[in-house]
Amino acid sequence: MSVHEQFAEDLALYALGTLPGGERLALEKHLEGCASCRRELEVVRGDLAVVALTANGPRPPARSRQRLVSAIAKEPRTSVAPAAAAARTEPSRTFAWWGVLGWAAALGLVLVAISLMRTNSALERNLASLKAQFGDQEAKLRQANDILATLIDPEAKKIELVAAGSKPQPRGKAIYRRQSRGLIFLASSLPQLPPEKIYELWLFPADGGAPIAAGLFRPDSRGNATVVNPPLPEGVEAKNFAVTLEPESGSHESPRGTAVIVGAGE
Amino acid sequence: MTAIRPLCTVALRVLQETSAAEDVLQDIFMQLWRNPGAFDASRGNMGAWLAVIARHRAIDALRKRKPEDDFENVVVSVEPDLASDADRSRAMAKVKEAFEWMSAQQRAALEMAYFEGLTHAEIAEKTGEPLGTIKTRIRTGLLSLRKVLAA
Repeated sequence: MSVHEQFAEDLALYALGTLPGGERLALEKHLEGCASCRRELEVVRGDLAVVALTANGPRPPARSRQRLVSAIAKEPRTSVAPAAAAARTEPSRTFAWWGVLGWAAALGLVLVAISLMRTNSALERNLASLKAQFGDQEAKLRQANDILATLIDPEAKKIELVAAGSKPQPRGKAIYRRQSRGLIFLASSLPQLPPEKIYELWLFPADGGAPIAAGLFRPDSRGNATVVNPPLPEGVEAKNFAVTLEPESGSHESPRGTAVIVGAGE
Repeated sequence: MTAIRPLCTVALRVLQETSAAEDVLQDIFMQLWRNPGAFDASRGNMGAWLAVIARHRAIDALRKRKPEDDFENVVVSVEPDLASDADRSRAMAKVKEAFEWMSAQQRAALEMAYFEGLTHAEIAEKTGEPLGTIKTRIRTGLLSLRKVLAA
């Protein structure tokens, strides 16, 4: 035997796993640098493995397998990919794996299926939850659309209520939300447009900047008109709104005509 | 399946309790499941490697201590690999012969160390013999085993 004699007895105990702490550490240190003692250790372990492999005893009870099934089902196997890669490059090793593990490997396949089923159930629950959320959002959206449709539908009956006995005057109401650049403008009793003229809505910024064009519009035969969400620059705080009568052609970048209605702001 | 059975036997021989042996085997297979790369062909024969791991883990469980060996550090050399029933039958006969060749004291010391996980100090205390004598008996017992297995 090529093993260092002074370590031979400790090596036997180490292979048995019964060498106590201090001696164990000393031997492990020696093993790090001694290939012949490492080789001897492998052989002694092999001999001891033969003793184990030739021992006859009871078969593992069926419940062991069931326990393993349950335990593995509870945790996803994270290293499937490296194992698969190894399988591609070293088929003989993979064969040994499956051959030796036998039932455990077969169980693995079953467990992957179980795991997939569980994942599938979780996804189905998520889908149901999303469907419920979507249904809720859809109902809210439908409600908002109904409100908007009522407000802007040219066919909707729009009646302005004024002081009894007085004549309706041109009026407008602008509802503006800076964060979303949302603007709804409703006008009533506007005079009919002269030829080659058009109404234009303007936003007057709170910072005193130049008025911003907020949409051209023509009222219906009763003087009603709406402007909904015209394109506006981002984040502009509005101080006021006004409607002017502008030439139909030419630039509409800045007010040129006379004001028809002007807001007071808030 | 036949490869699993000896693992169960050795764990049971060490622990003397089925549920504890099951725990050990389950722990080993769970670790392999989580990290199949812990074993590769360079560590030797898979069955032998598992047998060594199972026995060590059973002793760790018996002594209620943390596992002292990492899977990755255990290398086992077995010839032939005992994959076939014929190889296994021959090996069984040889192991039986080796134990018969040992003196009663050698056999007792080796069995106490192997199946009960006792340290040489514990065996010395149990048998009332000197520490050095027990160490020598275990080693010479293993040498006898080697001699017969290699024949």
